[in-house]
Amino acid sequence: MKDMMKCEFPAKSVNEGFARVVVSAFASRLDPTVEELAEIKTAVSEAVTNVIIHGYQGGEGIIYIECEIKEKNLIVKISDKGAGIENVQLARTPLYTSNPDGERSGMGFTVMETFMDELEVKSLPGVGTTIIMKKQISSQEDEASE
Amino acid sequence: MKWDFERKKNLLVAKIFGEVDHHFAGALREEIDRQVINSGAKGLILDFSGVDMMDSSGIGIIMGRCRLMESMGGHLCVTGANEPIRKIILLSGLGKLVGVCDSIEKAEKILNTTNEIA
Repeated sequence: MKDMMKCEFPAKSVNEGFARVVVSAFASRLDPTVEELAEIKTAVSEAVTNVIIHGYQGGEGIIYIECEIKEKNLIVKISDKGAGIENVQLARTPLYTSNPDGERSGMGFTVMETFMDELEVKSLPGVGTTIIMKKQISSQEDEASE
Repeated sequence: MKWDFERKKNLLVAKIFGEVDHHFAGALREEIDRQVINSGAKGLILDFSGVDMMDSSGIGIIMGRCRLMESMGGHLCVTGANEPIRKIILLSGLGKLVGVCDSIEKAEKILNTTNEIA
């Protein structure tokens, strides 16, 4: 049977912390280091913040999270049924922000790419966005036995 | 996320605790700005030694405070950032704009020297 979990919750900024906690709790069975756990939390935080600010543009909507563990890999899928991204390539460009007046850095996707091993972004304007991130966890037990 | 302020002569230290994200960013920004303006501090230290995680919302916080300090003729140092936070600071190019130090003491020395020269 697949080792996975699913959850969904309203796109409210107060749930950014909740999203980080559920994903990191699920990932903890892979015995990640403190640093790996912080990296996973940061990537999840970026993805969920994107959904709230850009996907649903501060309005109502649901964030869907699915996680899976495959051997030593954590796979995190975060989806929304929001505005979608017109130009994914442009959105992924470091420092690109659709809101240059605010204090948004345009580094969200770059941070996800840096902290996770793989990042896939699928988006359809008017339908929604799904991002899939993958990270291999260097189990601490292995390091100790090496 | 929690925060606490400490005044050290003409320097202001903002100690941040917990996880820095978009949810708390607005409140933290406003409070730091209020404290900086009220105190008239010439140097600001943002201490991250109590921060476990910071996402890119933190870049906006640091960059915005850097501009605020510059507009007041002052400077900004970041202290106590863990490895993932340092990575984010480097990625964003912020490392060129603000001082990044291990300890508050080191940041104090840098800011006091900078102020003397200025």
